[in-house]
Order: sequence, then C-alpha cells, then structure tokens
Amino acid sequence: MTEEIIIAGFGGQGVLSMGKILAYSGIMQDQEVSWMPSYGPEMRGGTANVTVIISDERISSPVLTRFDTAIILNQQSMDKFESQVKPGGTLIYDPNGITHHPTRQDINIYRIEGARLAAESGNPKIFNMIILGGFLKVKPIVKIENVEKGLQKSLPPRHHNLIPMNIEAIQTGMNHIETANQL
Amino acid sequence: MAEVKLMKGNEVIAEAAIRCGCDGYFGYPITPQSEVMETLMARKPWEETGMVVLQAESELAAINMVYGGACCGKKVMTSSSSPGISLKQEGLTYIAGAELPCLVVDVVRGGPGLGTIQPAQSDYFQATKGGGHGDYHLIVLAPASVQEMNDFVDLGFELAFKYRNPAMILADGVIGQMMEKVQLSPYKPRWTEEEIEKISGSWALTGKKGRERHVITSLELDAHRQEDFNKKLQAKYRKIEANEVRFEKILCEDADYLIIAYGSAARICQKSIELAREAGIKIGLLRPITLYPFPTQAIAEMCGQIKGMLTVEMSAGQMVEDVRLAVNGRVKVEHYGRMGGVVPTPEEIVEALKNNFEL
Repeated sequence: MTEEIIIAGFGGQGVLSMGKILAYSGIMQDQEVSWMPSYGPEMRGGTANVTVIISDERISSPVLTRFDTAIILNQQSMDKFESQVKPGGTLIYDPNGITHHPTRQDINIYRIEGARLAAESGNPKIFNMIILGGFLKVKPIVKIENVEKGLQKSLPPRHHNLIPMNIEAIQTGMNHIETANQL
Repeated sequence: MAEVKLMKGNEVIAEAAIRCGCDGYFGYPITPQSEVMETLMARKPWEETGMVVLQAESELAAINMVYGGACCGKKVMTSSSSPGISLKQEGLTYIAGAELPCLVVDVVRGGPGLGTIQPAQSDYFQATKGGGHGDYHLIVLAPASVQEMNDFVDLGFELAFKYRNPAMILADGVIGQMMEKVQLSPYKPRWTEEEIEKISGSWALTGKKGRERHVITSLELDAHRQEDFNKKLQAKYRKIEANEVRFEKILCEDADYLIIAYGSAARICQKSIELAREAGIKIGLLRPITLYPFPTQAIAEMCGQIKGMLTVEMSAGQMVEDVRLAVNGRVKVEHYGRMGGVVPTPEEIVEALKNNFEL
C-alpha cells in the first residue's frame, strides 16, 4: 500500500499539522512516511500545502506532482491541484469559499463542510481534524487508535487533555462527508 | 531498538549534534536551515551535556568561533545556507590550511546572490572544489534522507578528526524541511580533557604545561616550505580519495541507462526510475554519498554496461563535469536540471531521459 496525498489550503487552517498527525499515525502502524511542506514565504492567509506519503515500502520521492488523494481547502489550491489527482484517485474539498467546483469525471469527489461544522461547534480550531475525519472515512489507511497514539506522540503532554476533542472532531468529519462524484 | 521519531532534517542535525558529543555550535540564522539553531536553543544542551550553543553576530564571527574551538581539539560545528556559506569561505580556507577538524552543514537554496529560499544544488562546485582560495578540499557528505542527516553528523566528525580536515554536510531545502522517520543515535559523552589530549594532543592548543608550544597557523612566508605543506595536504587528499568514497547503487544490475544524482534529486529520481521501468526502460541510479571524494572509479566501471548516463541536479549542471571526467568520453553523458529553487518532477526526468537517449 502506498498513499500519496496533497493537503492544500490557507496558512492557519492547520494544513501542515493535519499532515503531521497523519504521518505520525502511519508511524504508529509501522509504515514508512514522509511529510514535505511548501516552505516558501507563506504565512497566515497565504497558501500552504504539504505532501504526505504513507507506504508499506521505502518511499522514493518526497516531492510529487501526481496524487492518489488531494484534500483541497481553498480555490487557489483547487485551481492548482484538481488536475494533479491520478485518474481513479480521490479529491476531497470543503465547498466553503469555492467558486469553481471540481468538474473531473474520472476521479472520486467528496465534499465536507469542515468550516461550517467547525464554526457551528464553536471551536474553529478543530477544522483540520474534521477534514481528516472525512478523509479517513473514504480512505481508512490509518486506524483511529493509531491517530490517537500519533496525537499522544506529537502533542506535548500539557495538551493531551485536548485529544478526546480532536478524536470527536474526526468522528464528526466521518459522519458528514458527502459523495459528489462516485466512479 | 531506539525509538523512531518523525522529525525535520534540520531538527535532526541539532539532535544528532547533541547526541554525538558536540562541544559547540556557532551559527547565524538563515532560511531554510534556521530550525538547526532553533532546535538547539529549545533543547538547551548546555544544561544537559555542557555543549555551547551561540548565535554569533554574523556568519564571519560564527566560522571564526568554529576556527577557535577547533584549535583546541573540540568537536565544533556551524550550519548555514548558501549565502551564509559564501560568507564563511574565508574561515573555511583558513581552517583547511591549518588542518583543523570541524563540521559545516550547508542546507542549499537557490542562487546566485541572495537568490531564493527554495531548494537547490547549485553549490556543488563551491562545496567540492574548495570554495575559498588555495588548493584544498572539504570532505563532502550528501544526505538523501532525514536518517542520513542524523547519521552524517557523527560520520562527518569522525572523518574530520581522522584526517584533520573540515567536513561538510551538503543538504538542500528539501532534506532540511521534510519530515521522515528517524532513529536517533544513542548518546555519546563529550570528550574529556584527557580524551582530547589522547586524540588531538599532538597538535591541539590544550595548554603547554611541560611541553613545547603548539602553533596553529595557515601562514608560511617561505614558498618552498609552503609547497612542502601543499604536497602534504595533497597526499592527505589522495588518501581520502582512496579510502572514503561512499555511494549507493539502486537497480543497476540489469540497467541499460544510468541516472547519477545526489541528495533530494536522487530521491526524486528513484520515482522516475519506477515510472521508466513501468514503461520498459531499464534504468538504474548511482547516488554519490560522498561528493568529495567523488565515486569516479564506480562510475567509470559502469561504462561497459551502460549505453548512456544522465545526471540530474538542481543546478545548471555541476556534478556532470565530474561524471564526464570519470567516463572520459566512453559513453554519452547528459545533464538535466532545474534552477533557482525549482524542484524537478519525476515525470519530467523521465521525459529528459527519453529525449536525450531517443527512447
């Protein structure tokens, strides 16, 4: 199994940390992982993206232009990455702020109202975990218990009290992802 | 088994320095390697091992602090990125001329000038051909993974002390910024005064209590004596070239064509090889791990088997010159590169292969 993923959105949406949690979860189930951020002069409000690869085998290139899954969280990223999903691959997006919805017919497309759900919950910080939940619903490549273990590893102990809230957000995402185009 | 962690290449440099018993780090921040000093400052090794971590007032100050520490037989290091490494060249040639061991980490970014902050490999010439003035070489290690960022800190110091010569880890923005699994090295204590006396006592400035004074300098006013010193340096480099070449061969057994690439470019090329082999093109990878000494012999030996070689570098083509010297006209050697901080894609490398060798 090799899953090549791009997560792309605005800086401040938790794109990089979502990738990190995913990578940590892969380590928890003894897989090879790589996490390669765009590290240009991005900052809050600019675009940010990260390539995450989880594989049973040694990972060759950490830099890719074709992805099994694209998780797209703003219009600029949609414009850039919709075409880079492999035929038969998966595109997951949050329609909030999207003016040009994806049109490809040769990929699976899912929608998740992450921004709305996070706002309704009163805690916008869980946005990225809701999105992660949506992804894991359609691509259950890592087990929830390994996500939890990954959170324990990646968060300093003083933040471990936040883990149940994050797991709950993942469940919310799993329950609310919708199919937009099914192959 | 040691614990597996998920870390950035730059963070691992810092952690590996502490764990290998480094005595001092002297640096000045620059993207894309600022996490090296940030991690060291957060880890506060001076409380744990006594290691000194100091943000100098400039790159010049940092490299001269390394010069001073190295004179005392201490394990000292610095890190920077391309423009900062250019500033350090004066210090490096003095350190090489004084035959002192130290470790320098260069996380290369696009140039020339201030250039970009994105990854590049355009400082190959600077790293492998001396960089400063005078006939000298650094020992240059090119990591292609976060694990090698860990491993080469210890190896770099080992080689630096073995040959009394500065060693460099030549990484780039990809290797510095990416996170991968890494197994950190076990802790080694810093050398005691007695150990330094044993290892470097014949030359280091350890206080002349009851012995002749040691003089460390790169200055010699007599041309013939300087030439004798140059000959001694050259003999040392021949010894390094004979004993320290390191490289990795991937899928070379049945290969008709060969890619030669180092560092992050070698990682991207491994994907290109997967794609090319799916299309029926038998291609292998030779990855130089030491850039100086260069795997000249290993490349020359491939000439009988290989129909063509392609070097892939994030530069206008620098290592390709060393490959052409190794091959000496026996097979066609072409170069494919991107510049200025643009990272080549696996697909465009396959295209370059097809175009260059009419596949």
